[in-house]
Amino acid sequence: MIVQEQAAIDKAVEAITGDMSALWILIAGILVFFMQAGFTLVEVGFTRSKNSGNIIMKNLMDLAIGSVMFWALGYGIMYGSGLVAGGFFRTSPADQGYFFFSATDWYNLFFQTVFCATAATIVSGAIAERTKFSTYLIFSAVMTTLIYPISGSWYWPFDDDAWLNTAGFIDFAGSSVVHGVGGGAALVAAIMVGPRIGKYVNGKAQALPGHNMMYGALGVFVLWLGWFGFNGGSQLAWGGDDTIAASSVIINTNLAAAMGAIGALFLTWIKHGKADISMTLNGALAGLVGITAGCGAVSPLGSLAIGLICGIAVVFSIELIDQKFKIDDPVGAISVHGTCGFLGTMLIGFFALDGGLFYGGSGKLLWVQTYGSLSYILWAALATFIVLFILKKTIGLRVSEKEEVEGLDIHEHGTEAYPEHITHDK
Amino acid sequence: MKKVEAIIRKSKFDEVKKALHQIEVNFFSYWDVTGVGNEKQGHVYRGISYSTSDIQRRYLVIVVSDNFLERTVNTLLETAATGNVGDGKIFVSDMIEAYRIRTKESGSAGIN
Repeated sequence: MIVQEQAAIDKAVEAITGDMSALWILIAGILVFFMQAGFTLVEVGFTRSKNSGNIIMKNLMDLAIGSVMFWALGYGIMYGSGLVAGGFFRTSPADQGYFFFSATDWYNLFFQTVFCATAATIVSGAIAERTKFSTYLIFSAVMTTLIYPISGSWYWPFDDDAWLNTAGFIDFAGSSVVHGVGGGAALVAAIMVGPRIGKYVNGKAQALPGHNMMYGALGVFVLWLGWFGFNGGSQLAWGGDDTIAASSVIINTNLAAAMGAIGALFLTWIKHGKADISMTLNGALAGLVGITAGCGAVSPLGSLAIGLICGIAVVFSIELIDQKFKIDDPVGAISVHGTCGFLGTMLIGFFALDGGLFYGGSGKLLWVQTYGSLSYILWAALATFIVLFILKKTIGLRVSEKEEVEGLDIHEHGTEAYPEHITHDK
Repeated sequence: MKKVEAIIRKSKFDEVKKALHQIEVNFFSYWDVTGVGNEKQGHVYRGISYSTSDIQRRYLVIVVSDNFLERTVNTLLETAATGNVGDGKIFVSDMIEAYRIRTKESGSAGIN
């Protein structure tokens, strides 16, 4: 009798925990959804006012297209059960098919959809102010249907068929799976689209100041907030030990973002004599991207270190890419998401409480982290190259010189973001 | 009647406006302008140093009767100055006629 009662209680507790977990994943997904607003604000703020309307449309539409495509095909390719090409990607379970009309894991579909949209939208900032709108939309559709889901299937289903999962790779919420993929795609896209007119004069990088630091700052605050859902929700459970683990993830996330901002602040202050606003904002994002992989595997001390390293690295990376490699990335997306996505994933090899070099590990984890992260970045870079190469040969990547100089808003969309204001062109 | 045009620092505007009111110059227009001058402003944006000679200033247009001219100009010279490069310029020119639209008065009656 007592045994039966105990079993009934256990069952009830399990049901409640399951419901709480689903609720937490949904709430976290809603927070991640709002990160789209953050990306929009950062990109608008860091660019010139003549292109703000175009940036609104890119960020709105990659979310819209991504939501439909990931529901239709992407989720099945990423989380399906049938392996294709030796586990290179998957197909949807036979009983379910693509185009989800009846599933039980709706909350996971939603959570993963907004992650997919995040990966897609990273590219937008790196190619801002000169890319053809139609080209961007097509690329965005391929990114959310194939590029992100294919590499996502290598790890995140967390089963024996995911080759990076069986290798012991750690990427809790996607420093590589999401941000590395976005950063790798952004790098190739920025190179292929080429710099904005006036960015390099006689081989020297020019400043093209963004038009609204308040938007940039608000965007970073929105992203920082959304990241609590991005990382905290990636615990994918709530209740008991999971509650403690998810809370610890959120603390680690906050600490790394803080140290990222602090690192970038002092570096620019020392380097340039002024506390640089947009770089410090990038620093906070760098800390967030960096800790995304390790927030469930490192201590608060490790989070502080990873955040600081990423906050400093992002400044050097932005200046190197902008001034030495002459790759024009108006918002620093390649550095924030690519460089820090890689660093954050790789640094787990040092800071992981279980298997990290600083905690008595053998170096095996460091190796897995390094090649795992590089796999994501290289995959995204290669796939992006193929897609953009085809688009370049067909519809073209860039707007005309006239359109670029006068602004994408008036030429691509027939209106301006600030119709009653003077726009300051440069 | 004279037209006094003054290009001044935005930071000096409140002081200038107050001083003009004190000498009973109560009617004038102004707008924000961008100009090029001797002053250069140093900037750093995302690690790139640059300087711009495009300077933000405020442009005032004041139409006064002849007996108001001297004190108007003196007030501007006094209150708009900081002593540094970039304090601005004052231009004075003849004004042929002025009308008050409501009463249809013209001449000095039209501006005071």
